[in-house]
Amino acid sequence: MVFWRLPLDADEIQISRGIVHIIEDRCKGCGYCIEFCPKQVLEFSTKFNLKGYHPPVVVKPDDCVNCHYCEIICPEFAVFSVEDPAHMENKEK
Amino acid sequence: MKQIKKSSSHPLDDLLRLDRIPHIWCPGCGIGTAFSSCLTAMKRSGIDLQKTVMISGIGCSGRGAGYVNLDSYHTTHGRAIPFATGMKLANPELNVIVFSGDGDLFAIGGNHFIHAARRNVDMTVICVNNFNYGMTGGQVAATTPFHAKTTTTPMGNSESPFNLPLLAYASGATYVSRWTVLHTRDLMESIEEALLKRGFSFIEVLAPCPVNYGRRNREKPLDSLKIYQERTLIKNNAQPSELAIDFDSGIILGKFIDEDRPTCVEMYDKTCRPQDLSEETKAA
Amino acid sequence: MRPTVLTGDHFFTGDVACAEGAIAAGCRFFGGYPITPATEVAEHMSARLPEVGGTFIQMEDEIGAIASVIGASCAGVKSMTATSGPGFSLMMENIGLAICIEAPCVIANVQRAGPSTGLPTLGAQSDMMQARWGSHGHYEIIALAPASPQEIFYQTVTAFNLSETYRLPVLIMTDEMIGHLSERVTIPDAKKIKTIFRKRPKGRKDRFKPYRPDPDGIAPMPIAGDGYNIHMTGLTHDERGYPVMTADAQYEMMERLISKVRKNLDDIIRTESYRLDDAEIVIVSYGVSSRTCLAAVDEAREQGIKAGLLKLITVWPFPEDRIRNLAEKVKGFVTVEINLGQIHLEVERCAGGKAPAFLVGHPGGTIISPERVIRTLKEAF
Repeated sequence: MVFWRLPLDADEIQISRGIVHIIEDRCKGCGYCIEFCPKQVLEFSTKFNLKGYHPPVVVKPDDCVNCHYCEIICPEFAVFSVEDPAHMENKEK
Repeated sequence: MKQIKKSSSHPLDDLLRLDRIPHIWCPGCGIGTAFSSCLTAMKRSGIDLQKTVMISGIGCSGRGAGYVNLDSYHTTHGRAIPFATGMKLANPELNVIVFSGDGDLFAIGGNHFIHAARRNVDMTVICVNNFNYGMTGGQVAATTPFHAKTTTTPMGNSESPFNLPLLAYASGATYVSRWTVLHTRDLMESIEEALLKRGFSFIEVLAPCPVNYGRRNREKPLDSLKIYQERTLIKNNAQPSELAIDFDSGIILGKFIDEDRPTCVEMYDKTCRPQDLSEETKAA
Repeated sequence: MRPTVLTGDHFFTGDVACAEGAIAAGCRFFGGYPITPATEVAEHMSARLPEVGGTFIQMEDEIGAIASVIGASCAGVKSMTATSGPGFSLMMENIGLAICIEAPCVIANVQRAGPSTGLPTLGAQSDMMQARWGSHGHYEIIALAPASPQEIFYQTVTAFNLSETYRLPVLIMTDEMIGHLSERVTIPDAKKIKTIFRKRPKGRKDRFKPYRPDPDGIAPMPIAGDGYNIHMTGLTHDERGYPVMTADAQYEMMERLISKVRKNLDDIIRTESYRLDDAEIVIVSYGVSSRTCLAAVDEAREQGIKAGLLKLITVWPFPEDRIRNLAEKVKGFVTVEINLGQIHLEVERCAGGKAPAFLVGHPGGTIISPERVIRTLKEAF
């Protein structure tokens, strides 16, 4: 994040990290997850799924903050995010 | 340390009839998102899912009942609400959710809606409002905006649409809110509140119908969502009379009514059952 | 506080007998709407159901009434409604739903003269074909025709038992004459009234197929909240209850729905006969008209005409074989009914030309007199 003034507790804030899972064959290519991801993590892939749609692909995996917005906006139950376990381990240390 | 789920298992998979996924809704259809929000809210609310039933009518939204892995009933056009009333009165322990569309609930089913609201039957009615009759090809509905093009109003709709929250409030609903599929988190929270609340709860969800409504009104699915982003205003506790659908002046979203009134079953038990026997009959 | 079953002798109208029969049969939900001459069933139920732990609701219209009845049935409660012609017409779509999802329920039609608003306070028997074919699509249904308040009591219990056994809506076709007629009704001891509840499923709850029939052709019915997670739809569906849009699925579903009734005709069809053994002319009747025919048969016999009465308790399914067999032996049939020829068409069809069939009918508003029946017997034969 880019701050104009850095908050005093910036070091203590842990920004969550997530991993996006895409169930490609459920996707119908509507583009909602791609358009509305706040970190622009997803884009249309060039490959086709079984039904002939272009499912999304994760292009910026490090930027995902596990906000789950792709998961809840998707009409097809085709994408979901989980908390990154590596990041969780770091947090717990 | 938490386990990650198997990567191919969506968190809602346990509530879905997986042998019927992918569902029939079109790419970009808002019903999928509304349905998904409903399922998430059901899980988060903590209600006993074994005692939860989903009832729907006919139409694209009505197909929702067929995809949820609970006791679900796909009834006749417009008659989901009286069916749900009968079910709730027969077994008041059931959590009854009616998930249906604007044409089904407010045109053919309008009479049943206002009476169930009047009676304050304890159920949650989620109306997916896509402004037309989608399943049959995009005909005009009671909620179609003024001047919109549909297959039965090729020159533009000459009628004004219902103000659904006002109708619900005037009929006696105790929880009334309106969200869009874009405001998914608010929608989920609203459904969760409605599920946990006793009484007749009504949630209107504005959703795009890209193939039948959108195409005829020059709205690609992302355009519809952009409209929901830019031409809506969240105003909780607004007066229901201000909530008319007018995309030019802006649509108001929010939670408008959240009251408490005894439910249909409570009042029936108190008024009509012999009072000395009321404990026995409750135990029966 | 009145007991559940009002054992004893009573002086009841047919409508009240219907309500008491329902309660004795275990009905605990009534979704009604006022309509002359069936209103009294609803009124009586509204007072009695709370006493026996049931629920009554007057819905906003007949369509709401029948929808609520089907919903209550799916929630595991025996339910019924009562209406007359105009309401019966409104209920037709949802009767089709009950047939398709196989929800047991009972609908009483206290018939009045039609069509349309007709004669609200005067009875008829002119909804008989509508009882068979009123809803769209092809289906089987069971319709009973009681002839007195006493018979209404017993046949309402039978109606519930048939509907729970076969998972089908059952119609009780009474009429205004006996609906509003007060007569002696003897209600037996509760232990003597046999009631049946639908078959419940056993075994695994996951991957349960709600429409896979047992060997007897009927699938056990899970109740909402039991944990079987079933889906019921009015769309043509397969054994899992999922909609399937193919002609093959339609064939299979229809095969199951129709054979449920057609393979059990022996259990379902009930008739009574009066002086039929040596009869040369068979009078076919049902409901209040059959009372006319009892007098007519006796009078005819006195005048040397060998008439006998075949009284239909179950009008649908129609006792086709019975008529076919009789047609071989008798000189002819006379159907007596308060309409202009509905069951008469069935009798004529089943007689197959082997014996002529005549009608003593009336469009509605009055009972048929025995004299008219005798006159037809004399003129025709």
